[in-house]
Amino acid sequence: MTVANSSSTRVSRITRPQWKTDPGAGHSWITNQAASKESTVGIEVRSLSKRYGSFQAVKDVSFEVVAGQLVALLGPSGSGKSTILRIIAGLEAADTGGVVLTGEDATRLPVQERGVGFVFQHYALFRHMTVRDNIAFGLKVRKLPKSAIKARVDELLDLVQLAGYAGRYPSQLSGGQRQRVALARALAPRPKVLLLDEPFGALDAKVRDELRSWLRKLHDEVHVTSLFVTHDQREAFEVADQIVVLNEGKVQQVGPPQNLYERPISPFVAQFLGQVNILPLETIQLGSRTGALFPLSIPGLAPQSDAQIYVRPHDLEVQRQRNGRPCWSARVERVTPLGGAVRLELSINADHRIHLELPSDQSLDLNFAAGDSVFVTPRHINVFDARSHTFHPVVLGREAEAWA
Amino acid sequence: MATDLGVDQTKLQSRALNLGQAVRPSSLGRWLLTGAVLGWFAILILVPSLALVRQVAVGGLKPFLLALARPEVQRAFGMSLGITALATVVNTIFGIGLALVLTRQRFWGRALVDGVVDLPFAISPIVAGLMLIVLYGPEGWLGRWLEPHGVRVVYAVPGMILATMFVTVPFVVRELVPVLRELGEEYEQAAHTLGAGRWRTFWSVTLPSIRWGVAYGVTLTVARSLGEFGAVLVVSGNVIGHTQTATLYIEEGVESFHPEGAYAASLVLAAISFILLVGMDFVRKHLEGGRENRP
Repeated sequence: MTVANSSSTRVSRITRPQWKTDPGAGHSWITNQAASKESTVGIEVRSLSKRYGSFQAVKDVSFEVVAGQLVALLGPSGSGKSTILRIIAGLEAADTGGVVLTGEDATRLPVQERGVGFVFQHYALFRHMTVRDNIAFGLKVRKLPKSAIKARVDELLDLVQLAGYAGRYPSQLSGGQRQRVALARALAPRPKVLLLDEPFGALDAKVRDELRSWLRKLHDEVHVTSLFVTHDQREAFEVADQIVVLNEGKVQQVGPPQNLYERPISPFVAQFLGQVNILPLETIQLGSRTGALFPLSIPGLAPQSDAQIYVRPHDLEVQRQRNGRPCWSARVERVTPLGGAVRLELSINADHRIHLELPSDQSLDLNFAAGDSVFVTPRHINVFDARSHTFHPVVLGREAEAWA
Repeated sequence: MATDLGVDQTKLQSRALNLGQAVRPSSLGRWLLTGAVLGWFAILILVPSLALVRQVAVGGLKPFLLALARPEVQRAFGMSLGITALATVVNTIFGIGLALVLTRQRFWGRALVDGVVDLPFAISPIVAGLMLIVLYGPEGWLGRWLEPHGVRVVYAVPGMILATMFVTVPFVVRELVPVLRELGEEYEQAAHTLGAGRWRTFWSVTLPSIRWGVAYGVTLTVARSLGEFGAVLVVSGNVIGHTQTATLYIEEGVESFHPEGAYAASLVLAAISFILLVGMDFVRKHLEGGRENRP
């Protein structure tokens, strides 16, 4: 027991203290930004709530989008993300709460006067109009002179790379082209903010990937404050400056993608953003070279605590030999080749499994097969204490080898 | 791999069919069925139509034209066309409005209204006519008040228009409700986000999107209005040259044993129906094509 204790103290020394997070930390970004840059807020949502019958779709949601940024509203289906977007656009009325667009209270404004561009998942292009007429629609409504409309439409056709398609009808375009027309149509009247509701949801995977990086490039050119809804965390990571994670109608965490990935403040965020293995803390062991095994313990947590380890697949190393660092002893259950990588499914006992991927060359060297017994060493783990509902990030790097 | 398997299975199946030599009896059965259905269709529809054409043809072209040139026939057709035009215009405008309300608004009793719209389909036209008499007749609930003010509804043209509208009100609504539902609200919402108000959105987005549905509903309304007999008969009083429509003229002609005019008028009505039918087919193709090609 003494050995385990001393080692755990050492482990704690390399823990970065500033990583200790509290559940409210996700909101600190909002308040900091709001305090310093009031004038540069593009979209501000203030304690929105919305109920459909007995279903509370949105529960007291507040967040801000800095002007000029591209922000993702990320959440599983039913998390209220589309409802929030539609409330911001004015297509739906909130029960309580307010919407501020570029400093102006828009809560009571009708859709037409909010100055938002909206891109629908299924494009909603007017099918009886040509591409040119679709893009010109918002300009014609504003009764701009014909020459100005033509110039603006030409400019947008260039921007979305559809200059040769002005005379076509939506039915003559591919899905990706239609969505680009929808984007051009939304941008034509120079909206204050651009709202996109699952803009790539109806496209097949390859087009989706292309359009995603294209949208990111476009945004770097246009710089209009943009908020887009997605349930795909990869999409949010690839495109967004900031991510607002939603679940069950509530904001879970707000921050830059990498921040959320590395420092989730709740099990939901940890699991929703990328893959994670979740294992009870007591399953990991510190083994000495003499063969005795001790459970790893973390200071501040009772030894019999129901704490859990959250560890990303890429933070795991697999070896055939115990090397003295904290590890799980596991059995290879299944090896699945995936082209450039190999997926391993390992069991540490009857109830708990570990999933991870290894690059093909590395797995060739190790040549794992089902039934092999291996040792899994984590480099970096997040220990979740369910009682205080907090994460304790712990680095178990190479330094730890010295204490075996 | 799944498709490979699928292809193999169909090959196997066709081979099994050939082996079983089931081709001959099943093809005979199919011919019998086709023949029976077509024969029945001919007895029911084709032969009576031909009989009418033959009846007119036997009389010759000149009597046919003379019959049509009679002033009471001309008046009757004029009356029919006028009533049809009015009823169609009113029902189209009202029908589009009602269909929009039924699909775009949520209100208490919407399901009830949705059901009651079909009432004219279910009710016998004669009963519909009677309802109008009970309401607007000289002894009627409203008629008692209108008559002294010189407003005559029943046994006059307004009553015939009302009766025709009553009978044909469901056509445009019934055609448009599913079209509007399938269209969804997204196009209209897209127009709103682009700054277009309700009126602008209706003319630029909603109406062009449902135009073939409207056209189909209008064609059905025209066909039904022209052919309407029962409801109009009850409320018209059938005064020759005043409240006599084409269908009422035909009835009168048959009843009073000078059927030449009735035959001629019937053939004209049947010809108009045929033209409407061809038009309907054209519209329906567009309607279906439009649904397939939605972006």
